Amino acid sequence: MMATLSRRVYFTLIALFLAAPLLIVLGVSVNEKQDLSFPPKGFSLSWYGQIFLDPAWRNALVASVLLALAAAALAVAIALPLAWFLWRRIAPWANVFQALGLAPFILPPVITALGFLSFWATAGFYGQAWTAAISHAIFFVTLPLVTLSLGFASIDRSLVEAAATMGADDRIVLRTVVLPLILPYIVSGYAFAFVLSLNEYIIAYMTVGFTMETLPIKIFNALRYGYTPTMAAVSVFFVAVAAMVFGLIARFGDIRRLLGAMTSEKN
Amino acid sequence: MRREPPRNLADYAPLAFPALMLTVFFVVPFSIMIAVSFFRRDPAGFYTPDFVVDNYARFLSVFFGGVLGFSLVLAVLVAACCVAIAFPFTFLLTRCSRRVQTVWLVCLLSVLSLSEVIIGFAWSTLFSRTAGITNLLVAAGLMEAPQALLPGFGAVLTGMVYQALPYTVLVLYPALVRLDPTLLEAARTLGASPTRAFLNVVVPALRNTIVATLIMVFVFALGSYLLPQILGRPQHWTLSVLITDQAIYQSNMPFAAAMAVFLVLITLALVGLMLMVGRKESAA
Repeated sequence: MMATLSRRVYFTLIALFLAAPLLIVLGVSVNEKQDLSFPPKGFSLSWYGQIFLDPAWRNALVASVLLALAAAALAVAIALPLAWFLWRRIAPWANVFQALGLAPFILPPVITALGFLSFWATAGFYGQAWTAAISHAIFFVTLPLVTLSLGFASIDRSLVEAAATMGADDRIVLRTVVLPLILPYIVSGYAFAFVLSLNEYIIAYMTVGFTMETLPIKIFNALRYGYTPTMAAVSVFFVAVAAMVFGLIARFGDIRRLLGAMTSEKN
Repeated sequence: MRREPPRNLADYAPLAFPALMLTVFFVVPFSIMIAVSFFRRDPAGFYTPDFVVDNYARFLSVFFGGVLGFSLVLAVLVAACCVAIAFPFTFLLTRCSRRVQTVWLVCLLSVLSLSEVIIGFAWSTLFSRTAGITNLLVAAGLMEAPQALLPGFGAVLTGMVYQALPYTVLVLYPALVRLDPTLLEAARTLGASPTRAFLNVVVPALRNTIVATLIMVFVFALGSYLLPQILGRPQHWTLSVLITDQAIYQSNMPFAAAMAVFLVLITLALVGLMLMVGRKESAA
């Protein structure tokens, strides 16, 4: 009894800690006037409208979404053949590429960002929008690589064996057996990369910060010149998008397994 | 179909695109950055090719030593706070029903994916005078007048613990969810209270996981570059902030690159240490 109660209190405290800043932001985002006050004075959803009506915020939103869509697609395009090769073949040296795919995520992001800045400056493409998409794809390739490796590991090899015995070659096995089984992992890898790219600041800033504004860059720039409630509205919007995407993954996939719980039938 | 070694060139084909992309856009930029760290600063542009070690020699200054020392102490504090809070929490979470676990994991992932800009903005609002938490305390009659709780060291630490806490839980989760439940049952059968069983059985059994997690969170905290700027004063700037500042605002790419190389070396040393700790555990 005592144990349950103290666990409840502990969980509530952590939930409160995680939610508190977001609740305050939610509060200030519905202020009627353009000032930072909490509890909010009046109630207005006009700042949410600003995200879509104000050209500067709308452009930043469009830029961010396009960047995230492209970067996540490219990240999956890099991770899928790599994960497939590592699953299909015995080639120890190919693990080097797996390590390269994991490295950007382990190193502090500033380092990768600086690497891209020096690379694009040297190559002469500094500031072009597509350089940010490639940079994000490399930076976030870890996510689809990890989900896809998990996905391939979960394929029952006897299924593949059966298909091969019945005369299917590599290509047919890939199309009719492997891809359908791996599809949920492709989707979640894409979703993870998409959400993180949407939120990413430093790499976008170091590659295209002076020519293009993504939403995080726009929020930070706006923050330096003072406060507008639109930032609060955008922040709430971002939390909602992330919660929705991860909620969908949890609804249609097994998020516990994706995060490392080995068996899904426990509990 | 069993795993088999590639026999001809065509078998290597799937590797071509990933290998090309990772080499051109990760290995090459990384090498360029290392090269730039030996270049000379060009006030007019980015840099001029050269071979000088001046950029590294600047590490010997008192100022740099101070920033490095502060970054390391801050990251150690963040890692210690996060693991202390997250370890018992994650342990209890893995004993909850699947549904509860899923809901928590979705919330933790949502917070983890938030931009540092948004976390910084949210905490600076919570700590502000006009819209901050102190207004609630005033309303409750606990305080005379609202006050600002930032900029300051406490604000930086709180913001960074907030950023790293979901990460810590997700790093600990796989190890704790796979923990053999019979260990705990045995302790309970022998009469240990839940707290005692946790402290005397679970914690020692996962000692290496705890050490490895501390290192991972430490590295994660070293990478924080916006929170010290938004929530702290210039004396709370970390190595990551300094690198950004030198690269963008002082346009001193060579010095920024030299600091980045230094940060890579620290990180790699720690990751190596972590892998060694992990290997020991799997061998045991």
